[in-house]
Amino acid sequence: MATDLLQFVLYVVALTALAWPLGLYMARVFSGERTWLTPVVRPVERGLLRACGLGAEPAGQHWSRYALAALAFNLAGWLVLYAVLRLQDVLPLNPQDLPRLTPDLAFNTAVSFVTNTNWQAYGGETTMSYLSQMVGLTVQNFVSAATGIAVAVAVVRGVVGRETRAIGNFWADLVRSILYLLLPLSIVFGLFLVWQGVPQNLDAYVEATTLEGVRQVIAQGPAAAQIAIKQLGTNGGGFFNANSAVPYENPTPLTNFVEMLAILLIPAAFPFLFGRMVKDMRQGVAIFAAMLVLFLGALALTYGSEIGGNPLLADLPVDQSAGSLEGKEVRFGTGNSALWATATTAASNGSVNAMHDSFKPLAMLAPMLQIQTGEVVFGGVGSGFYGMLAFVLLTVFLAGLMVGRTPEYLGKKIEAREVKLAVIAFLVMPLGVLGFGALAAAIPSAAASAPAAGPHGLSEILYAYSSATGNNGSAFAGFSANTVFHNTLLGIAMLLGRYVFIVPMLAVAGSLAAKKTVPASAGTFPTHTMLFVTLLVAVILIIGGLTFFPVLALGPIAEHVAMLAGQSF
Amino acid sequence: MSKTQDLSLLDPRIVRPALGAALRKLDPRVMARNPVMFVTEVVAALSSVLFLRDVAAGGGAPVLVGQIAAWLWFTVYFANVAEAMAEGRGKARADTLRATRTDTLVKRLLRPDDNALHENVSAEALETGDRILVEAGDLIPTDGEVVDGIASVDESAITGESAPVIRESGGDRSSVTGGTRVVSDAIVVRITARRGESFLDRMIALVEGAERQKTPNEVALNILLIGMTLIFLMVVATLEPFVVYSGAFVPVVFLVALLVTLIPTTIGGLLSAIGIAGMDRLVKANVVAKSGRAVEAAGDIDTLLLDKTGTITFGARRADAFHPLPGIAEADLAAAAWLASRADETPEGRSVLDYAAKMLPNGVVAGVEVAEEIAFSAQTRLSGADLADGTSLRKGAADAVIAWCGGSRSKPLDEIVERIARSGGTPLVVARDKRPLGVIHLKDIVKPGIRERFAELRRMGVRTVMITGDNPLTAAAIAAEAGVDDFLAEATPENKLELIRKEQAAGKLVAMCGDGSNDAPALAQADVGVAMNTGTPAAKEAGNLIDLDSDPTKLIEIVMVGKQLLISRGALTTFSIANDVAKYFAILPALFVTAYPGLGALNVMGLASPGSAILSAVIFNALVIIALIPLALRGVRYAPASAAELLRRNLLVYGLGGLVVPFVGIKAIDLLVSVLALA
Repeated sequence: MATDLLQFVLYVVALTALAWPLGLYMARVFSGERTWLTPVVRPVERGLLRACGLGAEPAGQHWSRYALAALAFNLAGWLVLYAVLRLQDVLPLNPQDLPRLTPDLAFNTAVSFVTNTNWQAYGGETTMSYLSQMVGLTVQNFVSAATGIAVAVAVVRGVVGRETRAIGNFWADLVRSILYLLLPLSIVFGLFLVWQGVPQNLDAYVEATTLEGVRQVIAQGPAAAQIAIKQLGTNGGGFFNANSAVPYENPTPLTNFVEMLAILLIPAAFPFLFGRMVKDMRQGVAIFAAMLVLFLGALALTYGSEIGGNPLLADLPVDQSAGSLEGKEVRFGTGNSALWATATTAASNGSVNAMHDSFKPLAMLAPMLQIQTGEVVFGGVGSGFYGMLAFVLLTVFLAGLMVGRTPEYLGKKIEAREVKLAVIAFLVMPLGVLGFGALAAAIPSAAASAPAAGPHGLSEILYAYSSATGNNGSAFAGFSANTVFHNTLLGIAMLLGRYVFIVPMLAVAGSLAAKKTVPASAGTFPTHTMLFVTLLVAVILIIGGLTFFPVLALGPIAEHVAMLAGQSF
Repeated sequence: MSKTQDLSLLDPRIVRPALGAALRKLDPRVMARNPVMFVTEVVAALSSVLFLRDVAAGGGAPVLVGQIAAWLWFTVYFANVAEAMAEGRGKARADTLRATRTDTLVKRLLRPDDNALHENVSAEALETGDRILVEAGDLIPTDGEVVDGIASVDESAITGESAPVIRESGGDRSSVTGGTRVVSDAIVVRITARRGESFLDRMIALVEGAERQKTPNEVALNILLIGMTLIFLMVVATLEPFVVYSGAFVPVVFLVALLVTLIPTTIGGLLSAIGIAGMDRLVKANVVAKSGRAVEAAGDIDTLLLDKTGTITFGARRADAFHPLPGIAEADLAAAAWLASRADETPEGRSVLDYAAKMLPNGVVAGVEVAEEIAFSAQTRLSGADLADGTSLRKGAADAVIAWCGGSRSKPLDEIVERIARSGGTPLVVARDKRPLGVIHLKDIVKPGIRERFAELRRMGVRTVMITGDNPLTAAAIAAEAGVDDFLAEATPENKLELIRKEQAAGKLVAMCGDGSNDAPALAQADVGVAMNTGTPAAKEAGNLIDLDSDPTKLIEIVMVGKQLLISRGALTTFSIANDVAKYFAILPALFVTAYPGLGALNVMGLASPGSAILSAVIFNALVIIALIPLALRGVRYAPASAAELLRRNLLVYGLGGLVVPFVGIKAIDLLVSVLALA
């Protein structure tokens, strides 16, 4: 346990030490300042933008044009991916002759990767050809992450802007986030993974005969490249079905640690980017602190629950000194599994190195709640930050009135329009999780996808719909998602969770950018203090808690009290 | 309206009619304006139907369902009572105002320039531009401007000030208000507002809430409340299928109870009462707002422009020190100054007399016979006295007295005069028999307590700027003494306007007050412009608030009222949301305990039974509205402090209080419910 705690501390320290400078670097990139990569990348960037007929310095866009560009780009990406998946049997690079995907699965998968969810209703090695993985999925891993980053940067520009209509140019932001950030990081990280033993080839699957004489098929493929971006871009879609629990995805303790860092790296850098762009690092640090507090709380709940072992097994001859090991890789143990689960659900990553379905009730509650509060504890690349900003605006509005002024954040008044837009965004999680989840629970054929009964079955359904709406993508292993019903409804949930956040938040950015900035005074609501951090955390927990507490009481909490009473489901 | 009339919060004259009015407000068409309470009413109706069904079918638990339905109706009713009480207080004020608006005959001039020829017409028939003759004893029917004559006017009906004021044609004292009465002389008034459109009418409409439009922050808050209501609708509506999936059963009326306790009924029910009461507080301070927007903006003010004279200093300069020349005793100088000032009727002269009297035995110079008194005149700029013994005394502007002395100057005299002038004061020289005795230091006296007021404002983050026509030297001295943050010296209407624009360009909200016609552009430009009631019609038209007392210090009070209004809304919203935590712990275990007995662990309050838990939560939810009505009407306590301090204090009281209070309240009600065996 001491080594686990030591590792948690090491993790947080390393994350902060890496995220801070990365955030400052990102702020320079998106402000068009010179960085050490500029000499290499700038010519490529110019060339790309010119090739698209945009000129080397595209003009800033009104928020509506920015949103339209993002939506159009994502729609085009979806169409291409859908076509590739439906035609993979006739396209090249398919040594296993895998068949084409069914329409509903192709719809679900294409939506999933375009929305940066990477929910997988399929098993990677048994469904996807190499071409689908490389041209289809990996490309979306990059551009869906880049879309999130671009939108978040545009929202920050809205907060910074003074009486302007423009919040940046989507195409320029998209190109920059790929060229300056995602590609360089992925190349370095990918090479690191190859060095550690992750395969990167286009070979046919290898057949082997095990010691017991059983024939075993060992999947191959260009894994390292995809895994690098899957972690950095909070995508999480595994190259192989068992995701990061497979040695080919996550071979060593070092890869495990570095991959966990990669999951949260860019999301954790955003508060620092924010601090630099608003020219007040304290503001960024406050948001980072709020995220960290929530993260540590979730980690404590998950780890605390798991390390205690399972009381139902107490009478059996099972050694539980290392915690509850059901559904975990023994090489990772309780500490690394709990940390990974917390990180992957804090960020909307969704890659897993243990099966959340096997977690104890309270240990599954924490990841679920992190998703249900809208993926704002660091969150997805970009999306986590603009989601958090929505909560910041809500907090400022609620508490700001109490200081006797029209609530304002960093000099921008929060008025009816901003509140309306934020409220629209906040309606998405309840709709996707409760609305769609209730539908799934009410229709017997749909509810049958959850193999367990009672509260655990409810948790499985809830987790699936939370994961989709929150654009997380992780799953309870037991849930059979690949049905026409779930493929369709989860696909819609993913779309809502992505775009009904992006469009309102861009509109908020446009509205804020057009406003005057009120200079700070002693009468200004302070947003960099410990008190504000506490308040922000409380608002996130209370709003999230109030919305989901009843159904969580029927799910994980009921299961927990049942477990204490010696009952399992 | 008189200031003395101040209704106590629970005055039966207000409460009784409110109880009836609240019933009429149950009309769904009226309720639809308040979405949160509308949902509550729909749900109350639904549970009434469930109750009737249970009674008719003989199944279920009609006693419990009936009680829940009844308390849901009470919830809606109590919210209506709050609103009706706030309106009632306004109506009571309006009624006293309306008493002054009896229909009278007025003397309309047939020819604009002939005061003798007039006809008697009804006040209702007056059009703007008409000229009427108002004589002693007549009521001024509506707002207007004096175009001829001078009269003293009793404005106590509007301002509560009993001393009559002078109204005359031309200048800044030409405006008269409908509802006031001429007590001496006669004036010709040109009508500027038709009956029904005067300040009085506007004030009546305002306090009655008839013209009340939602203010920007209220609109934003309403949107948030609607959003929360939608979220909780989803929570409760989807709970049914989740419960069914879990193989349990929950009666519909329990779900309904959960919904009502979760949606923000507390703030939803009190929101409009808070708004109306805020206006009422302003009216009580004798300020008429042309819109609620201005009141709210007052809370946001960053920069306050204050006229020096009347606001920061007393109107006139006063004697503050005597500086005798070498070889002259101070008492000697005081005696000479006293004698020389007896014929000076100006406020400055009076102040010299007062100041000198303090240094004299018995406050007078005894045993001196005055042969001739020389009164102060603007031409000579000096006053004095020639005594029977041939001594002549003079006191006046330094250069005038020196000239009287034949131009004789001395270095000590020049030094004192210059020092006083440089400090922003006015030096008056006293001479006897053409020989200077010493200098009187006249200065602007800063009002006592104003410095502390500005310090308070600074802590609230409001910057104060003093506006004065003085030269920069004088202005700087007074600004330093009064403790304002900045000053504008040698102010003209143009540079005042420019200053406002500059502040606004930097994103600040500016408030100012003014009365003259030349203030009108600046009043119109300012975000909050307070016009003095004594001011010209142009100024009153340009401002968005009018102070009936014509007290420029009122601006500070208006800022406080604006802030208090916003804080009340924020505090009750926070309280309302924080309440939900306890309600969950009351209701959820009650709903689920049959399906999962282990969830009884969530019943941290140890409530007696599921039925009692739900009933107690519903009762608490209704009673808390009643309990908070006084707070909503009075506004939450507000002492000036920085935003950080205010936040800490209000969060502690309303945030933490909102978490804890319902745990205690619901438990107490539950005990009562079990004792009375209600559930």
